[in-house]
Amino acid sequence: MVIAGASASVFAQQAPSTVPAAAYPDMVRWSIITAGFALGIGAGLAALGQGRAVAAAAEGIARNPGAAGDIRGVLLLGLVLIESLAIYVFVISLILLFLQPFGS
Amino acid sequence: MEKLEHPLWIVQLVNALLGPLVRRAGEAIGYHFTGHDVIPAYMVMVLLIVVFITALCVFVRSRLSVENPGTLQIILEDGLGAVRGLLDEWIGPKGHEFLPLVATLGLFILLGNYMGLIPGLVSPTSSINVTLGCAITTWVYYHYQGIRAQGIVGYIKHFWAPPGAPMWIGVVYFPIEIISHAARVMSLSLRLFGNIFGEELVILVLFSLVPFLVPLPMMLLGLVTGLLQAFIFMLLSIIYLQGAVAVEHHEDEHGHDAPSGRQAPVAA
Repeated sequence: MVIAGASASVFAQQAPSTVPAAAYPDMVRWSIITAGFALGIGAGLAALGQGRAVAAAAEGIARNPGAAGDIRGVLLLGLVLIESLAIYVFVISLILLFLQPFGS
Repeated sequence: MEKLEHPLWIVQLVNALLGPLVRRAGEAIGYHFTGHDVIPAYMVMVLLIVVFITALCVFVRSRLSVENPGTLQIILEDGLGAVRGLLDEWIGPKGHEFLPLVATLGLFILLGNYMGLIPGLVSPTSSINVTLGCAITTWVYYHYQGIRAQGIVGYIKHFWAPPGAPMWIGVVYFPIEIISHAARVMSLSLRLFGNIFGEELVILVLFSLVPFLVPLPMMLLGLVTGLLQAFIFMLLSIIYLQGAVAVEHHEDEHGHDAPSGRQAPVAA
């Protein structure tokens, strides 16, 4: 992500003299900014959801320690399913950053 | 980041040995290989996994013993017992015929995830080709098993309406089910690919920043998430199989309702 941030500033410096010969020259820059924002929002909201899942699981185990095994199973399944939504956002960001579909 | 891959010696070796053969076989059917590697890195890794699992199983099989089992045999038996327990818990006794595919998927993905942590190798599951292959295999398999269990008419009928709902609801329910089943392929493949590729990318970035001790915590995390992703892929395959195969009986003569596979798990 550091490298993505550095490359975004490289684009900014190149703006006046050598614009990348893209179909829509601005789109590459905008898509990289979008990728950063999308990842931040996606990861943040997924983390919120996972936090609620873990809190509910911890409370369930505290109330009923005998069901700890079952609750752990449900917790793991739920966490992975929520995580996969953040992974979808991550894959789109990867596509925007490295494959640059709006570039030439 | 210009280069996300760098040449691995084992890939070069396999390409040097088998590359010309594969290229000639491809050209015989009119397919010309582009790119510099005839056999891509992930294919070499998949072949490595196949060879390793075969050698391991042949080795353990030659030393099978009931009263004096070796460590490896105990480990493999425990693993198999765990998968059988999962199948029993979710599908019931009918689940045992799905054991080969489910256990193989789990073992393959587990080994594939862990290979990325070994220097000189790369995870095959960090390539969308491999994960999409696994996802499509699971998808075709559970539809095939569903059609085999319920007959094609019965199987499509349960897409049309959930059991116990009026028939007209299918107009709304059928497109939703189609989309949801199609999304399963995407979700299975992308979940595994995103996790493993992302983990390798982070380790790569950390290596290019501070190669000395800093990537270690991420690799430890990679151990945990590798195991978790393999387990989740296997568990989701079992859940999809249960959804496809669970045959709804109407009340039979004992007054029992539809036998569902998801029993309360036996306290271990």
